[in-house]
Amino acid sequence: MRHFVIVGILVIALAVLTYVGLNSAGLMPVPASAQAGPIDWLWDVQVKAMSFLFALIVVPMLYSLLVFRRKKGDTTDAVHVEGNTTLEIAWTIIPLFVVLGMAYIGAQNLGEIRRADPNAMVVNVTGFQWGWSFEYPDYGITSKELYLPVNKQVLLKMTSRDVIHSFWVPEFRVKQDLVPGRITELRITPTMLGDTYKVRCAEICGTSHAYMEQPVIVVEKVAFDAWVAEQQALAAGAGQTPEGRGLALVTANGCRGCHSIDGAPGVGPTWFQLAGSEVPLSGGGTVTADDAYLAESILQPQAKIVAGFETQQMPTYNFTEEQLADIIAYIKTLK
Amino acid sequence: MKRKYSVGNGLSFLLLAGVVGYFIGLGIDAVIMKNIRWTAPVPSAFSLLCAFTAFFFGVYGYRGITRGLVYQVVWTLIGGLLVTGIRALLGLSAFGGFFFTEPAWVFGALVGAVAFLFGVGVMDDWVKWARGIDTPEFHEDEPGWEKYLGVSLDHKVIGIQYTVTALFLIAVGGTFALIFRTELAASGLQFLNVGMNLFGQNGPQLYNTLMSLHGMIMIVSILLGIAGIINYAVPMLVGAHDMAFPRLNAFAYWVSVPAAVLLLMSLVLGGFDTGWTGYPPLSVKAPVGQQMFFLGVFVAGWSSILGALNVIATVVRMRAKGMTAWRMPILVWASVATSLIALTATQLIGLSFQLVMFQRLFGMGFFDPAKGGNPVLFQHLFWFYSHPAVYVFVLPGLGVISELLPVFVRKPLFGYRWVAMSSLGIALVGFLVWAHHMFTSGMNEYLRVPFMYSTLLVAVPTGVKFFSWVATIWNGKISTPTPMLFVLGAIVVFLMGGLSGPPNATISVDLHLHDTYFIVGHFHDTIFGGFVFPFFAAIYYWFPKATGRRMSEFWGKVHFWLMTPSFFVLTFGMMRVGLLGMRRRIADYDPAQGFDTTHLILTIAAFAIALSVLIFLINFFHSIKHGEKAEGNIWNSRSPEWQVPSPMPAHNYETPFEVVGEPYDYGLPGAKYIEFMPAQGGKH
Repeated sequence: MRHFVIVGILVIALAVLTYVGLNSAGLMPVPASAQAGPIDWLWDVQVKAMSFLFALIVVPMLYSLLVFRRKKGDTTDAVHVEGNTTLEIAWTIIPLFVVLGMAYIGAQNLGEIRRADPNAMVVNVTGFQWGWSFEYPDYGITSKELYLPVNKQVLLKMTSRDVIHSFWVPEFRVKQDLVPGRITELRITPTMLGDTYKVRCAEICGTSHAYMEQPVIVVEKVAFDAWVAEQQALAAGAGQTPEGRGLALVTANGCRGCHSIDGAPGVGPTWFQLAGSEVPLSGGGTVTADDAYLAESILQPQAKIVAGFETQQMPTYNFTEEQLADIIAYIKTLK
Repeated sequence: MKRKYSVGNGLSFLLLAGVVGYFIGLGIDAVIMKNIRWTAPVPSAFSLLCAFTAFFFGVYGYRGITRGLVYQVVWTLIGGLLVTGIRALLGLSAFGGFFFTEPAWVFGALVGAVAFLFGVGVMDDWVKWARGIDTPEFHEDEPGWEKYLGVSLDHKVIGIQYTVTALFLIAVGGTFALIFRTELAASGLQFLNVGMNLFGQNGPQLYNTLMSLHGMIMIVSILLGIAGIINYAVPMLVGAHDMAFPRLNAFAYWVSVPAAVLLLMSLVLGGFDTGWTGYPPLSVKAPVGQQMFFLGVFVAGWSSILGALNVIATVVRMRAKGMTAWRMPILVWASVATSLIALTATQLIGLSFQLVMFQRLFGMGFFDPAKGGNPVLFQHLFWFYSHPAVYVFVLPGLGVISELLPVFVRKPLFGYRWVAMSSLGIALVGFLVWAHHMFTSGMNEYLRVPFMYSTLLVAVPTGVKFFSWVATIWNGKISTPTPMLFVLGAIVVFLMGGLSGPPNATISVDLHLHDTYFIVGHFHDTIFGGFVFPFFAAIYYWFPKATGRRMSEFWGKVHFWLMTPSFFVLTFGMMRVGLLGMRRRIADYDPAQGFDTTHLILTIAAFAIALSVLIFLINFFHSIKHGEKAEGNIWNSRSPEWQVPSPMPAHNYETPFEVVGEPYDYGLPGAKYIEFMPAQGGKH
């Protein structure tokens, strides 16, 4: 009996110590969305449960090891106890109800973080190898950065152009895959201003998966409106020249995820000083990078493979004649 | 045959053939590609294949595994050339950047894997039977270590073959882990950078390949490891002279060898960057290495399925007289539970990978939305095996814990029937939880809730095991030789894995945890606790039974006390950075997230674990010849295999035994588990 009392006290003490220790370590990133609240609450409940169960198993084990260990010279067996049906039923039934309760709480919690605001702002998110593009259909603009007004629910309608990606801003907690051929949705209500958040692709998507990160900026409503107006003006101005339209296309399609514009090595060949140069091809020979070659390489990337890029597979794009001309005009500016 | 072979011979052959093979490959590649490509895949592939084959030639001569490897290499080339020839006749491109085109590689690799089986000789008896030639029921093995390099029908030899192959793959997979763990020691790319090129891959691609192969090679090594424990122990525990189907047993082992070769071939054929999960569409776009990976897993699956079939048949049909269900050793229960899953679920991962293979080869759009396919369907098929698979990995290990605890605490296993049933409970519930890997996948949102319920239910039978173990230890007279240390370590490590599980089951929290290092830490805890620690415990425990000698206690304890704390540091650190935003499967991380210091510590911990495993391996191989003699019942166990002298003779028990009592009645004076029956005329 004495053993049980000591172990009971030690279990409670270790459980409290474990929980306090874990909690003071700061386990989660800052909670920057309305969805983070319920998630962090449920996580905290589980950390408490983990701390208790950890102590419940480890304390009697260590206690037995220290107190009941075999004394030197003792060669006899221990007491013959085969089991205890009451105990076995108890530690089957009680955990059963605990986990059912946990699942019930979990379902409630899921309901809370999925609560939909009918006036949510829609942003169409496109993921691609390797980058993100954010289109604001209400304002007619497209951006490389996800600008969001604080305390306003945003409904992300997401799809992928090539492989599966996953939208995740750790400070916002929730995560959703982007699947080619369908639209998946995610609702987030940012609650903390900040310009250091990043959306980070959480589903492996190939060579540059690690770098598929782009800024997420949460601002006051006023600042957001100003940003929208600025973007609209820029878009209108860029639309006047072929190079400007080309740059917009290149940005929206994420070309620069693979092709650098300053000569830096990348997944694809650089565009720096590309136009007019002699390009070495896989399997020998060269080709002059004239307009026809550039157009062919955009529409049929596998037609002529640049030496050293044999294992890369560029996705196929369908651009119109005008769009192609705009992109080539832009590439020609990179000297 | 007089012994003229040696390991030293093998090593010199290995070096020579590696160099010669490299230049042959370089020559072939230069002729086809009209270009000398030093780091191209073909020279490396030739170099590795020639080196391996020559090593076994030097050690063992042209028979058994050597002949199997030669057959595999030659027939891979013949198969590949056949398809290449047909393609040339049809006017299709005959050669590609990886020498053969993809269809030629796939066909050649499949032919090569089958040819290996004929070459190694595991088909010999079946071929003879088909031709009407009789063969003897038993084959006598060569004495000494040479029997391990050829086909043997003895379950103990096969068990050791499995175990040593598993250890080899653990060393390979662990080396891969050390390479990318070193890369992760600081943010930014250290040596796997964009400028480097090896096997046709740049740094980040090679990172992805190594990371993906680490996953699958370790999984295969686990499957072989549990097969090793089960094959070695189960027939002895139930009193059988061998497995029910000895030839099928040998086949199941030998089919895993070409599978391992195929997996390693994926490294040099452009690699693949999908992780071990191989999700399309990414796996549709990856280089030809992806196909070798699919084929390797497909072939390894045969090993798993056929091995499981054999275990079930053995336990059902070949138990000793009087061994009723409730008197079977607990490890036998766990082996049956794990075999039931492996027998019925493995087909699904084979199927899912085969569908992607066909999508790549024949343009069948199973998972291509443009052709009406659905990428999420793949995930359902894949996880329908791959979740239950984790119970395949851990149930035998948990069985080892339950089997060894009573021996070292000198008390009966507390609640034997409950522990036995909890294995079956876990196996059953394990089939109903697969979609918890897909909470963020875009599957039906409401279906996630029932999967949360079913997943949390797994905690109930798992809890029964933990409480029963603690009750077994309580009030026992505990001694802690090396096997017991690893059993205790297994319980605590598996507890960490168990406790970090439920947060992933509750959907809302999982939306944060999914695909982060929290998951990586969680499953390394479950696998180390459920497999690695018990595997080491089993090896330290049964080593004397297999060799008549014991492994060094001192170095065993060094192994334990170096590995255990390092491992806790490793997985706690993983979970910590995961919660804070470290994603899985990334070659580099944002320095702004502040993970550099933690990752450096994790890398150091990983090297400490590797060092401890190296100590284990040296202890293992050294003790085979030089260990302290241990021919008796050194653990004072009640289990039948310890009632006869070690090492165990070829067909196990000279006289059959009868079960007359409970298996774990430690502390009950006069209680007996088995009695050897008076010798009768017949054999077996």
